[in-house]
Amino acid sequence: MNIDQLHHQYKSSLKKENRLIRLYQILIFLVFFSSWELFSRKEWIDPLIFSSPTKVWQLFMQKLSDGTLLSHSGVTLFETVLGFIIGTLLGTVLASLLWWSPRLSKTLDPYLVILNAMPKVALGPIIIVAFGPGFPSIISMGAIISIIITTIVVYTAFREVDPNYLKVLQTFGATRTQKFREAILPASFPTIISTLKVNVGLSWVGVVVGEFLVSAKGLGYLIIYGFQVFNFTLVMLALMIIAVFATIMYQLVELLERKLIKD
Amino acid sequence: MSFLRIQNIHHTYFSNQTAATALADISLDIEKGEFVSFLGPSGCGKTTLLSIIAGLFPPTSGKILLENKPLNADSDTSIGYMLQQDYLFPWKTIEENILLGLKLIKKDEGLERIKTLKLLTEVGLGGTGKMYPRELSGGMRQRAALARTLAVDPKILLLDEPFSALDYQTKLKLEDLVFETLKSFGKTAVLVTHDIGEAIAMSDRIYLFSPNPGRVHKTFEVSDELRELMPFDARNHPQYPILFQTIWKELESLEY
Ligand SMILES: Nc1ncnc2c1ncn2[C@@H]1O[C@H](COP(=O)(O)OP(=O)(O)OP(=O)(O)O)[C@@H](O)[C@H]1O
Ligand SMILES: [Mg+2]
Repeated sequence: MNIDQLHHQYKSSLKKENRLIRLYQILIFLVFFSSWELFSRKEWIDPLIFSSPTKVWQLFMQKLSDGTLLSHSGVTLFETVLGFIIGTLLGTVLASLLWWSPRLSKTLDPYLVILNAMPKVALGPIIIVAFGPGFPSIISMGAIISIIITTIVVYTAFREVDPNYLKVLQTFGATRTQKFREAILPASFPTIISTLKVNVGLSWVGVVVGEFLVSAKGLGYLIIYGFQVFNFTLVMLALMIIAVFATIMYQLVELLERKLIKD
Repeated sequence: MSFLRIQNIHHTYFSNQTAATALADISLDIEKGEFVSFLGPSGCGKTTLLSIIAGLFPPTSGKILLENKPLNADSDTSIGYMLQQDYLFPWKTIEENILLGLKLIKKDEGLERIKTLKLLTEVGLGGTGKMYPRELSGGMRQRAALARTLAVDPKILLLDEPFSALDYQTKLKLEDLVFETLKSFGKTAVLVTHDIGEAIAMSDRIYLFSPNPGRVHKTFEVSDELRELMPFDARNHPQYPILFQTIWKELESLEY
């Protein structure tokens, strides 16, 4: 019973610790928003630039009721999710090709390094001229920003798979396709998932910059437009919405991670 | 004609700076149903020879014939290879792991499947089919690896120090299990080991290798009496320490 008691104590101390942390988290949230409101009202910070939570909230309700917010958010979310999926998928496919042909990978190595070092958003204007100012360009921006880094990281993971697993498969007479499917790919799942997490953030960068450039629709457009007409409440609103969506996407990836990797 | 013929195998590892000869002039014959061991100091090319027999890479020169036909690892499963560690795939269940070889040749359904799952019981792992490798102990995992190797019904089994990562007690038990299982299926086997006792207890014949480059230094026949016994009992037979001493002295002489 002593053990039971100790276990109980341990559990309650754990619960207490968790509650404390939750409390601090909520506290930070409240302090941040209330001081933002306070500072803005007292004009300790320029309310024209930094706006205030109540103004952002009012604008949010207004834009929500006239339907513009929904359509702008929808557009950006669609572009980001698609850019994210295409970027990750193409990156993984490219990594598979490199694994398939060692000669190809050696040949392409310096080019990958250059492409990786290059700031992809700088390609924006060229992409927009090539694909026209619309969805395709912006989705390409969301994808292109993550393709190369995905390729490099996933390919490295492919190569680090313990060669003894391949030896086992080889003694069973496995083809290269079978080796890839049975060992290389499943062994690399954890790495692929962690690149997904990085890519969530990258796709938002690519898409928002794309929308800056195309300036027609979406949250990136709202930011640029708010900036041009000096409506910083609008800029703040767009930023808040991006933060919320990016967090949700990240959580979804974590959910997928828990589903796929049982360890 | 012998079951497995190894003829004039030479092997050199090439790299940019060096050419290291690992094996020189290896010739030996193994009969059907025999259990032979390769013994020798570290670096004398035992793993290299086993890999060549398994068809993992071709030798620099020489020939390997199984039932008078050259081996081709990419197209058949007549060779089973067990490594020092189990290398069970951690993301597959035990059942999926042992069905792996059959899955690759698309025979993992119906009768073959039932036969393979029975194999799991035979190595003492009944009821663990739905578990993952990490839920089993080292000895159980190595037994699962044995079942995986036997599942494709190989003609010959190559064992590269399969017991060396296990504790002594588990190792002794597993020696008996492997010995018994292989004998009951009438399998031919080649065991690589550093353990003189293990070689004597398990095999019909022992090849002692010498290094730089790897050659067959000497061959020891194990007496019929010892052969018949289970490995554990063989270790307690009066003839066991005599052979042990002989091989020990020979191994010592190699060091100089
Ligand atoms: N992939 C390789 N490239 C170059 N040299 C190698 C390679 N594999 C083995 N060698 C060399 O070949 C020789 C024989 O190696 P091998 O692994 O066959 O020895 P071994 O008898 O199995 O040793 P151990 O008992 O330690 O396992 C060693 O000198 C080793 O350094
Ligand atoms: Mg070795």
